[in-house]
Amino acid sequence: MSDAPKTDDITGIDTTGHEWDGIQELNNPLPRWWLWTFYITIIWGVGYTIAYPAWPLVSSATAGLIGYSTRGEVAQEIARVDAQNAEVAERLANADLAALPVDDPAYAYGVSGGSAVFASHCSQCHGSGAAGAVGYPNLLDDDWLWGGSLEEIEYTVRHGIRNETDFDARWSEMPAFGDILTEDEIAQTAEYVLSISGQEHDSALAALGETPYLDNCAACHGDNGEGIRDLGAPKLNDAIWLYGGSREAITYTINNARFGVMPPWGQRLDEDEIKAVTLYLHQLGGGE
Amino acid sequence: MSDSSLPPSLYAAREPIFPKRVSGKFRTLKWWIMGLTLAIYYLTPWIRWDRGPNLPDQAVLIDMAGRRFYFFWIEIWPHEFYFVAGLLIMAGLGLFLFTSALGRVWCGYTCPQTVWTDLFILVERWIEGDRNARVRLWNADWSLRKFRLRMTKWIVWLIISVATGGAWVFYFADAPTLLMDLATFSAAPIAYTTIAVLTATTFVFGGFMREQVCIYMCPWPRIQGAMMDEGTLTVAYRDWRGEPRGKHRKAEGAENLGDCIDCMACVNVCPTGIDIRDGQQMECITCALCIDACDDIMSKIGKERGLIDYLALSDEPLERAGQPPRPVWQHIFRLRTMIYTALWALIGVGLIWALFVRSDIGLSVEPVRNPQFVTLSDGSIRNSYALRIRNLTGDDRTFRIMLTSEDILRINVETDGPNENHVTVPANETLNARVYVTARPQDPAATQEVTDFRFWVEDVAGEARESADTIFNGRDQ
Repeated sequence: MSDAPKTDDITGIDTTGHEWDGIQELNNPLPRWWLWTFYITIIWGVGYTIAYPAWPLVSSATAGLIGYSTRGEVAQEIARVDAQNAEVAERLANADLAALPVDDPAYAYGVSGGSAVFASHCSQCHGSGAAGAVGYPNLLDDDWLWGGSLEEIEYTVRHGIRNETDFDARWSEMPAFGDILTEDEIAQTAEYVLSISGQEHDSALAALGETPYLDNCAACHGDNGEGIRDLGAPKLNDAIWLYGGSREAITYTINNARFGVMPPWGQRLDEDEIKAVTLYLHQLGGGE
Repeated sequence: MSDSSLPPSLYAAREPIFPKRVSGKFRTLKWWIMGLTLAIYYLTPWIRWDRGPNLPDQAVLIDMAGRRFYFFWIEIWPHEFYFVAGLLIMAGLGLFLFTSALGRVWCGYTCPQTVWTDLFILVERWIEGDRNARVRLWNADWSLRKFRLRMTKWIVWLIISVATGGAWVFYFADAPTLLMDLATFSAAPIAYTTIAVLTATTFVFGGFMREQVCIYMCPWPRIQGAMMDEGTLTVAYRDWRGEPRGKHRKAEGAENLGDCIDCMACVNVCPTGIDIRDGQQMECITCALCIDACDDIMSKIGKERGLIDYLALSDEPLERAGQPPRPVWQHIFRLRTMIYTALWALIGVGLIWALFVRSDIGLSVEPVRNPQFVTLSDGSIRNSYALRIRNLTGDDRTFRIMLTSEDILRINVETDGPNENHVTVPANETLNARVYVTARPQDPAATQEVTDFRFWVEDVAGEARESADTIFNGRDQ
């Protein structure tokens, strides 16, 4: 394929002597520095694979002379950020949240850090936007089962609810009235609950339900359905229902009783993480 | 053609070029442009511009950390980056315009590679002498004198290079402060790195690579073909007048020869080392120094100037037929250049218009979608919104946040200020405010799926206000 170079008639430039199907190649030589640059990139490339992890082996890869690893870089970065935040984290861990001003650096650190704590530990039940779900309280509204002050939220986060691993966990349990009341009494009580929450109801039936309500429910939920926070007993006279406020849902709850369990995060989170998530929750729109 | 059986080398060493000094109108013009462009580059960061106590007083400043671009009375925020994009498009169209009218006039007169190469050649000529002396020095063996001249030249080049690399970083920080920091070795490492890299590129590109950058590294010579046509004025040789070239020795019969006396003046001054008499070629940056060189010779031998001149291919048949070329304005005002000019001006006018109508309050509203709404214990429906309020002035300002439909929606802004729904945004900053909007249970907004409304942000001390439309999600989702 390679013939002796000859001079091209039209351009007056020598050919390289290469020919493919009658097509010849003119020899417009590249500058030599370009060639050297090419060699340097090759040397650089080889050096790179020696300096950095590169060649795959059976179960790992060459480590590289300068000991770099992406994992190590992440660890370094985390350590650097931790060191940078150590002071403000310490300040938050020792802070009295109720007295912490909004413009304190620990406050901003807590709110943004708390959002991360919430996303990794709380959002599974309470939702990524903290709006909850059936059986899992909405943390954005103005209704709190156990209290929405900083102090109460922090206690709930730390000790949890109805769990058996923390002696200080908040505890209360509604009995299943299906075994205690008759079916008629339960229907009457449900109708009465509908009436005090301002929903459509059968007045005659609701009037009959007042007595069973006062006898069985008022001790925890209050005479007027206003709830009792010390017992974690929900308000029945508002628009917010943890398990649904329809006639069917209320009847089911009276029959079978429903309650949720929350783990004690004090056993898993650091002090500053608990304070952070408390601050975060308190400023979502419902904090008291 | 060689009889050797060895294949020819596919690589060639750079041929050294020793451009000769020349004088003339284009050289003079180039000196002025060189002085002007270098002065703009080196001095711009040192111009001060008072913007009040809260803003920097550097006239041209690219504040990367603060994400602001200051240009005299104009301040560009990141969300106004379209101004920069518009300027870049204008620069591109301007390049097209000039190239279609005057060929590679950018390359020949204003390209930094040309300007700094010119400067480096000027230094070289001061220290080592003009072309002949430099050729002799190049060919001479190493001696103390050659070493001394080379070292002097390189040191001066290096000083210029450091100043060039150094000037660049002043565009990105307060120049006097940064200069002090640089001198006391307390500036950021990136500043030193940038200076080092730009010093190296200036030194190598201006001193040693020169035309190699234009020929092998720059994409523009390859693109320019699309911008030029037969009506474009470029530097060219009137071969119908010059050929056949010859030395005009009396014995040879000068009457049969053209005007070109083959003195090589045009080749000797060329910074890319080509012969313009071979016609238009990719290596030519149209610096027009060969025109000056040839005109000088033509004057000396008493012939008409303009053997090498700005010419258009479309005039060649006219001139060959003995007719005068078309006037210059006909080459410059062509449909193509007018379209480029119109596009260029359109964008320019658009940018200026945008600059004058832009508000000094920036407002963007993002409804919180997770969840779409929250039911409160009294049955009210609450939506929350993330408002970004930008204060594009140099003074702290207090804004009142309002709604258009306050009869159905109540607003509550989370602030610690004394006044309800007021927020204070510091000078030249952005404030993120969370705003709650609530509809009472019986309000239509609470029961409908979606209600449109408008946020207003009003400067309590002035008349400025800004609005943004958004929606309210009711419980009927």
